[in-house]
Amino acid sequence: MNIRVEGLTKTYGPQKAVDNISFEVKPGEILGFLGPNGAGKTTTMKIITCYMAPTAGKAYIGNLNVLEHQEEVKKKIGYLPENNPLYTEMHVIEYLEFIAGLQGVPQSKMRDRVIEMVRKCGLDAEKHKKIGELSKGYRQRVGLAQAMIHNPEVLILDEPTTGLDPNQIVEIRKLIKDLGREKTVILSTHILPEVEATCDRILIISNGKIVADGSPDTLRKQAQGQEVLKVTIENGEANSIIKGLQSLDSVALVDPILGKTTSFTIQSRPNASSRRAVFELCVKNHWALTEMTPLETKLEDIFRNLTMN
Amino acid sequence: MKGIWIIAKRELVSFFDSLVAYVLMVVFLGMSGFFTWIYGADIFLRGQVTLEPFFGVAYWTLFFFIPLLTMRMLAEENRTGTIELLQTKSVTDWQIIFGKSFACLLLILIALVFTLPYYYTLTTLGKVDHGAIWCGYLGLILMSCVYISIGMFASSLTNNQIVAVLVSLLIGVLFLIIFDVLSSGSSGTIAEVLHYLSMNTHFDSISRGVIDTKDVLYFLLLSFAGLVFAENVLAKRNIVG
Repeated sequence: MNIRVEGLTKTYGPQKAVDNISFEVKPGEILGFLGPNGAGKTTTMKIITCYMAPTAGKAYIGNLNVLEHQEEVKKKIGYLPENNPLYTEMHVIEYLEFIAGLQGVPQSKMRDRVIEMVRKCGLDAEKHKKIGELSKGYRQRVGLAQAMIHNPEVLILDEPTTGLDPNQIVEIRKLIKDLGREKTVILSTHILPEVEATCDRILIISNGKIVADGSPDTLRKQAQGQEVLKVTIENGEANSIIKGLQSLDSVALVDPILGKTTSFTIQSRPNASSRRAVFELCVKNHWALTEMTPLETKLEDIFRNLTMN
Repeated sequence: MKGIWIIAKRELVSFFDSLVAYVLMVVFLGMSGFFTWIYGADIFLRGQVTLEPFFGVAYWTLFFFIPLLTMRMLAEENRTGTIELLQTKSVTDWQIIFGKSFACLLLILIALVFTLPYYYTLTTLGKVDHGAIWCGYLGLILMSCVYISIGMFASSLTNNQIVAVLVSLLIGVLFLIIFDVLSSGSSGTIAEVLHYLSMNTHFDSISRGVIDTKDVLYFLLLSFAGLVFAENVLAKRNIVG
C-alpha cells in the first residue's frame, strides 16, 4: 500500500508549518523523516493519519484520499502519535483490547492479536499492570503495540524510540525493520544513527520544505561530491610535498592541516581518485606515507548543512 | 454502532474503576432519599401518594451531578492528547460523542434504578398513580439527556475540567432558572419564547403525568443541539484551510 503526498501545505496563522511537499513511499520501504524541531514532521504525519486537514494539497493511502475516506484509511494505518498519549488508568491488556475493538479486529481474533503484540513488544512481564504504573520505556512499547494491533499495512511512527534504553532501542529498531519488509513505514526522528540503522530512505525536511531525499549512501555521495583524503607524509620538506601533490593531474586542492607540518587534506577532481598517484609520488621521492584516510561526510554534516539557515 | 458501544463500555468501566460511579450514587441516593422521606416538604407532609417530592429534588441534584460526570469526557482527552489517539482510530467523531454521552446516560439510569424502591414503598402506602410516576422518570431521563449534551459541549471546548463544569453549569442555569425569570419580567413574543425555552415549563407538565409531544420534542431538540455543537468542535480539525 503506497503512501502518496502531493503538494501538501499547512499553515498555522501566518506561519507555514508544511510548505508544498510531495513524496511517495512504497510497500516494503522504511522512510525516515528527519528534520530539526518544528520542521513540519509531526504536522505531515497528522495530516496523513486523518487527524488534521491540510491547508492545500492531497494525501493518499493506496488510492484513497485521506480526507474523503477517513474510515477506511484509518483502518489501514497504525499510528504512534508524538508523546505517546495513553489512557493511564487502563490495564495493558484491557487497553490493547479496546484499541483492537475500535480498529475492527473481530472478537474471535482479539485474544490472539493481543497476545502476539504483547509478546512482540516485550510486554509479557508487565501485561497485568495499569499503564500509569509502567516506566516510560514500557509505555512506549504499549504505544507501539497499539499501533500495530490490527496488523495495518501502513505504519506511521512519530519518534518511536524516545525514552527507551539502548537495549530496547536495538530491539524496537529490529522490530520495525522486520515489519518494514512487508509494510509501508514512515518514522520520524531526530536521532541520526537511528535513521542510518533502520531506514532505506531518508527525507530531510526543514522549515516545511523537503531539502533532501534519498538513501543514506546517496545522500552522503551527493553531499561529498569529490573524494577527500587525509594524508600524512614524513621524511620530506613540507613545501616540496605540497608542490609535488599539486602537480598531480587528479588533485584539485591541497591543504596543510593546521598545527601539523606533515599532514594534508587532498581534494580530488570530480570523478577522479588520486590515491594511487599520491602513493606513487611518495615512492618516487622516497617519502614515507604513514597515513592515508578517505574522509567520509557524516550524516550529521549533511543534516547540518541542509537545515542550518 | 459497534464503535459507540466500545467507547461507551470503556467510559462506564472507568466510572466504576475510578470510584466516580460509587461516590455519585451514594451522594445522589443519599440526598434524594433524605429530602424525599425525611426533611422539608417530604412525602409524609403532603398526605398524597406521589413521588413529586423526589422528582423535585432530582431535578436539582441532576443539574449539579451531570456536569461533574461529563466534565472529564473530552476535556481530559484534550489535556492528555488521547483525543488524537481516538480520532486516528477507525471511529467517527459522532461515534465518540455518542459513545461518551451514552455512558453518562447509562450511569444516570443505573442511579435511577436504585430509586425504584421509593416507588415500591409508595405502592404499599396507598393507591398510586402509576402513569404519573413513570412520566416523572421519563422527565428525569429526558432532562438528563439535555444536561449530558450541554456537558459534552462544554467539555469539548476546553482542556480544563473545571472550566468545563463551570461552562456547563452556566448554560444549564440559563435553562433552569434564568429564562424563567426573564420571561416573567417581560411581555409579548419575547416572554413566550423565553417561557418556551425554560426547562421548568416542560418538566413540570411531564412530571405531573402529562406527556405532550411539544415537551418531549423540546428535550430531544435541546439534547441534539448540544451534541451537534460538541461534534462540530471535534470536527473543526477536518476543515480544509
